[in-house]
Amino acid sequence: MSEHLIIYPIIVHLITAVLLLFFWMKPKIQRYISILGGGVGIVIAALLFQRVWSSGIQSIQLGNWEAPFGISMVADTLAVSLILLTNIVAFALAIYSTENMVSSRVKFGYYAIFHFLIMGLSGAFLTGDLFNLYVWFEVIIISSFVLLTIGGRKIQIEGAVKYFTLNMISSIIFLTGIAMVYGATGSLNMAELSRIIPEIENQGLIQTISLVFFIGFGVKSGVFPLYFWLPASYHTPPAAVSALFAGLLTKVGIYAMLRVFTLIFPLGEVNQIILMVIAGLTMFFGGIGALVQKDILRVFSYLIICHIGFMVGGLSLFTEVAIVGAVMYMFHDIIVKATLYMMGGVMFRIFGSTKLRNMGGLMDNYPRLSLLFAIPLFALVGIPPLSGFWPKVSLFSASYTAGEIAMLVMFIFASLITLVIIAKVWNKSFSKDAPKLERKSSFKYFEDFSFSEKAAYVVPIIILVGVTLYYSFFAEHFQLVAARIGEELMNTEHYYNAVFGIK
Amino acid sequence: MKSLILKTVSTTLLPLLILFSVFVLLRGHYLPGGGFIGGLIAAIAFILHAFANGLTQTRKVLRMHPGFLIPIGLSIAILSALAPIILTGDPLMTGLWYEKDIAILGKIGSALFFDTGVYLVVIGVCLTIIFTISESV
Repeated sequence: MSEHLIIYPIIVHLITAVLLLFFWMKPKIQRYISILGGGVGIVIAALLFQRVWSSGIQSIQLGNWEAPFGISMVADTLAVSLILLTNIVAFALAIYSTENMVSSRVKFGYYAIFHFLIMGLSGAFLTGDLFNLYVWFEVIIISSFVLLTIGGRKIQIEGAVKYFTLNMISSIIFLTGIAMVYGATGSLNMAELSRIIPEIENQGLIQTISLVFFIGFGVKSGVFPLYFWLPASYHTPPAAVSALFAGLLTKVGIYAMLRVFTLIFPLGEVNQIILMVIAGLTMFFGGIGALVQKDILRVFSYLIICHIGFMVGGLSLFTEVAIVGAVMYMFHDIIVKATLYMMGGVMFRIFGSTKLRNMGGLMDNYPRLSLLFAIPLFALVGIPPLSGFWPKVSLFSASYTAGEIAMLVMFIFASLITLVIIAKVWNKSFSKDAPKLERKSSFKYFEDFSFSEKAAYVVPIIILVGVTLYYSFFAEHFQLVAARIGEELMNTEHYYNAVFGIK
Repeated sequence: MKSLILKTVSTTLLPLLILFSVFVLLRGHYLPGGGFIGGLIAAIAFILHAFANGLTQTRKVLRMHPGFLIPIGLSIAILSALAPIILTGDPLMTGLWYEKDIAILGKIGSALFFDTGVYLVVIGVCLTIIFTISESV
């Protein structure tokens, strides 16, 4: 049974979700099942990571249909590290949701859909088949649409309509790209495509098709100019949902880009330039957008966009060091962005609002909490030795050695503008005096919470901050993993040999 | 829409349509049919009954909340997908077949159980949606 370990990260969350459906009307039990499922998920992801780390890329053929005819599931280092991070974030969010989600939302199936979403993410990371990737993307979109609209407040529906429309369009574009690839090559197995594509004479056509994929994934990850849905929708649902989206959903798009542009269509020169320009503009407009926002959650949404630019930029340089940098940045970003939105949820409970002008005095009133919040904020800026610093070292040096000074300038600009924004957020919510506001009567403030309710909000943040600190002080571990990922991505024969069982 | 004709016909049609849906379910795999379309036909049987006799009557016939069929169906489907891992050590969703023919049913394999799961999920989903809508109207 242990030889099928690859498939278990998907199965665990599927079984958890179905169990949760049996307890539809019992929110209390659902909380425990969800936390338990998250815990088992971490254990299985860790086992799988250990397996791949010690004995190389693993693969399995679903239904025992031989590759390239069936659907292959492939676990390489990139996929398993992302699954491990996903499960850690999911576990933390399962704890966070216990207080953040009111029972009426749980009764609409919040937890079940939450686990279906994690299942979709695991599937997207593991699959070795382009069409199957599309199917997992659909699982993700449908689940995320439900999570976004649960509760049915007007502002949520408004955000969800924008979100759903653009993501549907991106799916259609992605599907069109798949059809084109199938027309050109007659195969959708990623490993087989990595061999067929270089032999096609008309490489111009192939590079054009690859841009169709870029548009499809670009909408999902929120690159310029396709990011408008993101700040319009991410601040509307409860904090637990936003944290899940911020940490993981945009990164799935980046994962798909990394996979497709290394394995299937290695970037040509023109595409490299296009990606570079887009990465630069994404950083610029994301940064400028965040600068003018007055709502802390919207500031964070624009920061997501700004930092997507780092990862696309790393990919566009297309050297091993740059890809290592992009992958390391992705690891750091998943943890930190999820933490930020969870923090946002706590701050909403403290101040009763997410507007920056209604905040203040956090440092005087909650000194220990402020210290905790300072870590992800400073890690985001990249103050050494915190986690944001290490990937930037790789990215800066890669862009300098590649001679792409414009890219380097944009990286530095984005880092600086992040610093300015975080300084502003710090100023307005932590160090300035608290504004005199009337207390809302029907609102439960953080100070009225019992100890266990406070713990449900703070413990998951401590878990994720712990991961950030581990990343900061033992960055060489992450560097090692990322270096191996870079090597595996740039040399596609490892992937090919694993799928076709060539020793 | 209380019409005597519809009422009379629907009581006769309910078992007939369900029987037909099971036939379509079993016919699947090699011929057109299968769990999805079978489930739809079964759902139509109940919806027709609800139109003719009212929702409360149909709920009595069903005896349980249709939403409960969803996790049951999903469990059956998951078990049939996991069966090869547990029984023979083959990858997920490998088709397992019982060698001998069985009267009426024909060959039985894990695919049939998967389809049965789909059948139940489709009935559950359709009826939940329709019942919720007609309740709120």
